[in-house]
Amino acid sequence: MTLLDVGGLSVRRADGRELLRDVSFTLAPGERLGLIGESGSGKSLTALAVLGLLPMGLTAHGSVLLSGTQVVGPVIGTADRRLDRVRGRAVSAVFQEPLSALDPLMRIGRQIAGPIRRRRGLRGAALRAAVLASLEEVRLTERIANAYPHEISGGQRQRAAIAMALACEPELLIADEPTTALDVTVQAEVLALLDSLVAGKGMALLFIGHDLAVVAGVTDWLIVLKDGSAVESGRTEDIVREPRHTYTRSLVDSAWEFEAELDRMAP
Amino acid sequence: MARYLLRRTAFLLGSLLLAASLLFVLLRLLPGDPANALLLMGATPEQIAAARRQTGSDLPLPEQYATWLGGLARLDLGTSYVSRLAVGGEIAARLAVTVPLTLLAFALAVAVAVPVGFLAAHRAGRWYGLLLSGFAQLGIAVPVFWIGMLLVTVFALRLRLLPAGGFPRDDWAEPGRALAALVLPVVTIALVMSASLIRYVRSATLDVLGSDHLRTARALGESFAGAMWRHGLRNAAAPVISVLGIELATTFLGAVVVESVFALPGLGTLLVEGISEHDYPVIQGVLAVSTFAVLVIGFAADVAQRLVDPRLRTRLGRP
Amino acid sequence: MKGFAAGCVLVGVVLAMAAVSLVWLPYDPADTSGGRLVPPGGAHLLGTDKLGRDLLTQLMIGARIALTAGAGSVLLGGVLGVAAGLAAGFATRWLDDALAAALDALIAFPTLLLAMLVVAVREASLGSAVLAIGLGMSAVVARLTRILVKRVLTQDYITAARTSGSSWPRIVVEHVLPNIRPTLLVNLALQVGIAVLAEASLSYLGLGPPPPNASWGRLLHEAQATVLTAPVGAIAPGVLLVVLVVGVNLLADSLRDLAPGRSR
Repeated sequence: MTLLDVGGLSVRRADGRELLRDVSFTLAPGERLGLIGESGSGKSLTALAVLGLLPMGLTAHGSVLLSGTQVVGPVIGTADRRLDRVRGRAVSAVFQEPLSALDPLMRIGRQIAGPIRRRRGLRGAALRAAVLASLEEVRLTERIANAYPHEISGGQRQRAAIAMALACEPELLIADEPTTALDVTVQAEVLALLDSLVAGKGMALLFIGHDLAVVAGVTDWLIVLKDGSAVESGRTEDIVREPRHTYTRSLVDSAWEFEAELDRMAP
Repeated sequence: MARYLLRRTAFLLGSLLLAASLLFVLLRLLPGDPANALLLMGATPEQIAAARRQTGSDLPLPEQYATWLGGLARLDLGTSYVSRLAVGGEIAARLAVTVPLTLLAFALAVAVAVPVGFLAAHRAGRWYGLLLSGFAQLGIAVPVFWIGMLLVTVFALRLRLLPAGGFPRDDWAEPGRALAALVLPVVTIALVMSASLIRYVRSATLDVLGSDHLRTARALGESFAGAMWRHGLRNAAAPVISVLGIELATTFLGAVVVESVFALPGLGTLLVEGISEHDYPVIQGVLAVSTFAVLVIGFAADVAQRLVDPRLRTRLGRP
Repeated sequence: MKGFAAGCVLVGVVLAMAAVSLVWLPYDPADTSGGRLVPPGGAHLLGTDKLGRDLLTQLMIGARIALTAGAGSVLLGGVLGVAAGLAAGFATRWLDDALAAALDALIAFPTLLLAMLVVAVREASLGSAVLAIGLGMSAVVARLTRILVKRVLTQDYITAARTSGSSWPRIVVEHVLPNIRPTLLVNLALQVGIAVLAEASLSYLGLGPPPPNASWGRLLHEAQATVLTAPVGAIAPGVLLVVLVVGVNLLADSLRDLAPGRSR
């Protein structure tokens, strides 16, 4: 059974311009798929369309079946209530910029408590224990629970955001450029953490990025997006070894250069 | 926070002192001698000399200044030239009208502006936006006393639903009658205030609706209403609070003019009476109380904003 | 651009009334021979007030007063405010702090109350109103100028000019003023509307210029008692006030859109 079935997904602006054109893919439980492309290629819009959270003024067309629930259909949107049950259970997400993705006015602990309470119905001391366990899972200390987002580092913020997303115990985790906003030194650390947690819980992963070296490292399947259309898709290793589209080839080349650069920096 | 409170309190005291000094300077140094007012009223030189001794305006300026500040500190605002009553008591009596008027108008304006501003952001239709920006544009362009006049004409003179003006002699002994007298003035002020407030609520709501953290909450399964309640409200409130402080102060000042339209015995009418009768202690007292109120409201708004937004608490000093 | 055209028309109406009033008036403003509360039409286009004075004549004089009050206050407030703001912007640390605190306290001193105070110690006249409103406004302008100057002074081209040996007065004229001018002009334009309304409020309270050269605010006050028998007198001055203030605000808004580099 497929967990996520996206068929002929398009996203349009109010003026009719298509930002995403006819994208299709499926994802089985435990599978890992990468969406790669430059900014404006429509990769983040795909993630938001799957979540049913497109910004105001954009509409999705086509079909997104998420764990048996139609998120978009030929008729736009499903009743919001039904989506609230899919989000936070079948799927949850980590976004790019952790400073703005966390509520600036709420302590980290309370923010993590939200999804845990909804998902597992915990209250009081049990809830507090679950929050601390969540934090520990992403290697954050109890001190962080009492901090506001602006009081901790970028890496700590993103780990807190990951803890929130995993606290939902979703079948599918969408990670939209989760390391892009972080310092290079922290990137690898957060990526490894995300990788091991997803593997440990057997979740499916939809990983979005612009850097082939990063995306290829955590995914088995790959879709290359350019200007709103999928230009190439297949097994990650095949694409990395034999890119067919010229755009994909340029991505692979720059990834190799990056790799070489890293080797030079840290011999 | 404690350090900020200390700093902000020191700043408040400083501005109070400055405002009191400014009042003193403007009243003493501009025209010469407040006792000259008595001359205009046809008093004899002996009477004027007596008045000067009594009001202390024959003393050297520094001494007068000290007396003025000392009086303020003891909440003693002197005696009216005209009524011979203590100015403090007279102001307190007038506040029984002005304070309810201000607070009711403010509450009504907020009660109207918050839902309307929220809806305007949430359902960003062309029509709604156009109507709203028209209302906001008029809100800052229409003189508040003229709105009062028009409301009186329609609801008091034509439809005879409400009193056209005045206030029960026995103040709040009959709350129903007192409230009825305040309905039109309250609506007048609230109408103007809500026009500008709606714009702030709308833009704060738009910011929240487009914010990443609201999207995060929804992506993790929070319903729209739940996300707005848990995250939206506080985040939208933070920028609105500082505006609310200014608005409350403006409402208070709007009351000064609107009281004249409705012949309400409030602080504003007391000031106008004081000016036309050259009753300096009254003028001085009313201005001191009004300015202090505005400064204290600003203080409260600043502190409230710090309480809501932890980011302000860690940033040191002025931006 | 639509806003600009509309603003020009609205302000143009009031400007035209004021300009014509300088060379020609339908009646002498003190002429009460027309009879009391004559309805509009006939010899008196908009009727007469309760003393028999021609309403149109008074409205035209009112236009002149409203424009004088608006322009005069902003001129006074602008000159004082910009000068004080520049001084504070360039001042050294503690002096700047003191000036900033003083400005904040001054702004808490509401313009309308300040105006009433000035009227109380001088006499009710257009000059008093302009002086008072201008003084109140200067604090607001000074605070804005100070912030703008501070922002400009952190820019690299100031440092560049400094290192290339330009004197401070030269830097003010060549770099600071041109850079703060757009924002400043828009705000000053918005202040015109505020000044017009403040003068109208003062006059309504009986603290403005005395009749027969009365402002619209006083006309409204006098018409209040006869609003049912002579509604035109209670409506026309208010409409003109709204026309002028909306017009000025529209012009200010389009000024903001025209200003370069402020497209955000």
